[in-house]
Amino acid sequence: MLWKNLLNPSKRLRELGLLGMNQRNGDYILKYNQRKFYPLVDDKLRTKKLAQQAGIAVPELYAVIEAEYQVAQLTEILAPYSEFVIKPAHGSGGEGILIIKGRSKEGCRKLSGALLTKSEVDHHISNILSGMYSLGGQPDVALIEYRVDFDPVFEQVSYQGVPDIRTIVFQGIPVMSMLRLPTRMSDGKANLHQGAIGVGIDMATGRTTGGVWHHDLIDAHPDSGHTINHLEIPGWDNILLLSAGCRELVSLGYIGVDIVLDSKLGPLMLEINARPGLSIQLANKQGLLPRLEAVEKIKSIPSSPEERVKLAKSIYRQTQNSQVL
Amino acid sequence: MKNLHVNLLATLLILVSASICYYKVTELKLPLLPVQESELWTIEAKVTYKRTAGPSKVSMMLPKQVPGFVVLDENFVSGRYGLTLENDDLNRVAQWAIRRSQDDQTLYYRMQLIPGETPEFKDKNVVYPGEQEYPEIMRTALTALLEQVRNKSADTKSFTHQLLQRLNAPDSDENVKLLRKDAATPEAWVSRVISILQDARIPARQVNLLILADGARHSRLVPWLQVYTGERWVTFNPKTGESGFPSNAVLWKYGDKPLLDVSGGKSANVDFSIYKQSRGMTAVTQQRAGIINGPVMEFSLFNLPVQTQNVYRILIMMPVGVLLIVLLRNIVGLKTFGTFMPILIAMAFRETELAWGLALFCLLLALGLMIRFYLEYLRLLLVPRLAAVLIIVIILMTFVSLLSHKLGIDRGLSVALFPMVIIAMTIERMSLVWEEHGAGESLQQCAGSLFVASISYLLMTNEYLEHLMFVFPELLLTLLAFTLWLGRYTGYRISELWRFRSVIVKGN
Repeated sequence: MLWKNLLNPSKRLRELGLLGMNQRNGDYILKYNQRKFYPLVDDKLRTKKLAQQAGIAVPELYAVIEAEYQVAQLTEILAPYSEFVIKPAHGSGGEGILIIKGRSKEGCRKLSGALLTKSEVDHHISNILSGMYSLGGQPDVALIEYRVDFDPVFEQVSYQGVPDIRTIVFQGIPVMSMLRLPTRMSDGKANLHQGAIGVGIDMATGRTTGGVWHHDLIDAHPDSGHTINHLEIPGWDNILLLSAGCRELVSLGYIGVDIVLDSKLGPLMLEINARPGLSIQLANKQGLLPRLEAVEKIKSIPSSPEERVKLAKSIYRQTQNSQVL
Repeated sequence: MKNLHVNLLATLLILVSASICYYKVTELKLPLLPVQESELWTIEAKVTYKRTAGPSKVSMMLPKQVPGFVVLDENFVSGRYGLTLENDDLNRVAQWAIRRSQDDQTLYYRMQLIPGETPEFKDKNVVYPGEQEYPEIMRTALTALLEQVRNKSADTKSFTHQLLQRLNAPDSDENVKLLRKDAATPEAWVSRVISILQDARIPARQVNLLILADGARHSRLVPWLQVYTGERWVTFNPKTGESGFPSNAVLWKYGDKPLLDVSGGKSANVDFSIYKQSRGMTAVTQQRAGIINGPVMEFSLFNLPVQTQNVYRILIMMPVGVLLIVLLRNIVGLKTFGTFMPILIAMAFRETELAWGLALFCLLLALGLMIRFYLEYLRLLLVPRLAAVLIIVIILMTFVSLLSHKLGIDRGLSVALFPMVIIAMTIERMSLVWEEHGAGESLQQCAGSLFVASISYLLMTNEYLEHLMFVFPELLLTLLAFTLWLGRYTGYRISELWRFRSVIVKGN
């Protein structure tokens, strides 16, 4: 009944098990994420080093720029690479990430094809160092790393940029995933609030289930018109396994793991977020709460990621039956 | 119960705060509304006398406690005199003494009263009088009168009433006429009545009243009669026999001792002048409550120096605004620049008033943003850039003040009251949001901040709330309790109902 939903919208949201911002903060992040472990995920350099030690695949780190004087040596540092990504170690929300897909005499070519002069790249790095993109404006370091050559499977449904797969991992169990597709509007970035598309994923099979762009439910990519439903994500089990394994890495109970698919290297873990957003629920058209509560009911969480992936799939199937949507 | 701890703590805080408020309202009679006024009586006694040779000593009877009134303040203006205060059972005696003095002497005593209840004081030992000495002829008349009165009365009170009516009756018999003889002045009349009552073994005494009449000068004390009924002293009008005090009368002294006693002086006189004022109830009651009950009111904000009081009048309103911010951010889900920035802007609005405040703030922000966008081209590092923005904000403020002064718009001067660091940070963050998320998002957040600032300004300057918070600072505990509760609110924000609207609208 449409009018009933409109009359008492919060009741409807509760029925759907949608997780709100207050509850995410109060009941999950404050409870399961200990503050002392935050630096592990807030600093992408540390996350990357931890992942490498644990054998989790990550994009190769080319260089770390820590101080202003190193900016002058940028040309030598970047000499061996024609494609790379510059990002702040403490960035949030995908801000301050510069993707260079090629170089010419005049400078670097952005993903969009626009040319950046050397001084513009230098200024971008200076901004990162001065803390423009970090939380609280703290001085930061800039990472230069391998630019993921993303799997062509998504070529039809992404406008430039790198599509990635965000998975909410609760106590080591992947509970909900979405595929994030960049659009012309998001300028190749994969963050939903910047205009990327979120596509829901069937946790059991790894097939997409339709997406959301801004606040609208959509079935096709707005730039290419290609359908975004029923796409099969290659190596889905590997992706889940990789996501589940990140729990031990950072000792946080409620995280969002971002994974990209490289055409040669397979799934690579890009970053871990200790305060993952809520839009994933819109992309999946389902609430997180039933799945989170199912995980909370499990008395002992298995220590092997393989077991946890199995649990994730069974929880997904369980909650599908009770979903009213 | 996951929230048991928070719930208990919040409930405890509210209970404490509510019970202090309840006590203050019911026992100390602190007003809940800011507008109530009370009448404040000021009585000034002016003592004059002519000095004779040698040292002078002036004693004046003062009330110890005034039934039906609360003494707010009293002071003595005594020049070079030494002043001592002595208490006897019922009265106080002020003694001014001086070794050498000029011819005409004037001393003042001033007292401020407001109507109110004071605890009655008990007489420790009432002495029952014996038979009085009367000439034979009067004795006969007296015995006859008392016999008649006794027959027509049931107790002391009705006896006194009956007696006074008979004694004052215009068409009275010979016995009464005889007893009325030689008692022309009011004082003599009262002492005659007292002596008759004492003959009937009834303890009686004289009290002296001062009738309060606004603007009265040269007022005198009026003798009145009190009779002990066995339980308490009952007051009678010696002329009519009515019991009880007249309205607006102050019981100045007990007994028939003279009001003034001067040694080393002559032609001593006391003049009372009286006037009435209306005073803000708050200040009056605070003062009164301080007299009635020390400890609780020791911690009243009214005890602070006035300047500090005014600072606290503003500070104590901040938590109201803070609670509003919590509501708007966590329940409504409004976005603002900086958590408490709107509060600080609202504080600045107090001085500039809302419309001017908004206009000036927008002007500063717009000018600042324009210059900030230009700075972007210079590619400055973060901290120098922030510093540059701050300097520019101050330059702009100076400029706006000077310009508005030249144009004769005084309001423009109040721009100097804005927190410039906050404005500089707002400009910086606004430009970042503008760059990264577009002008729409940036203006939306700016409008949100100004909206919150305006609402909190209206709340924080609300006269009623300001009064409540200042008179009942314990309400801060209630605010704290609500904030704690909101801290455990895990329901949806109103903005989320909009954000998730696509799933809400989709029926099943």
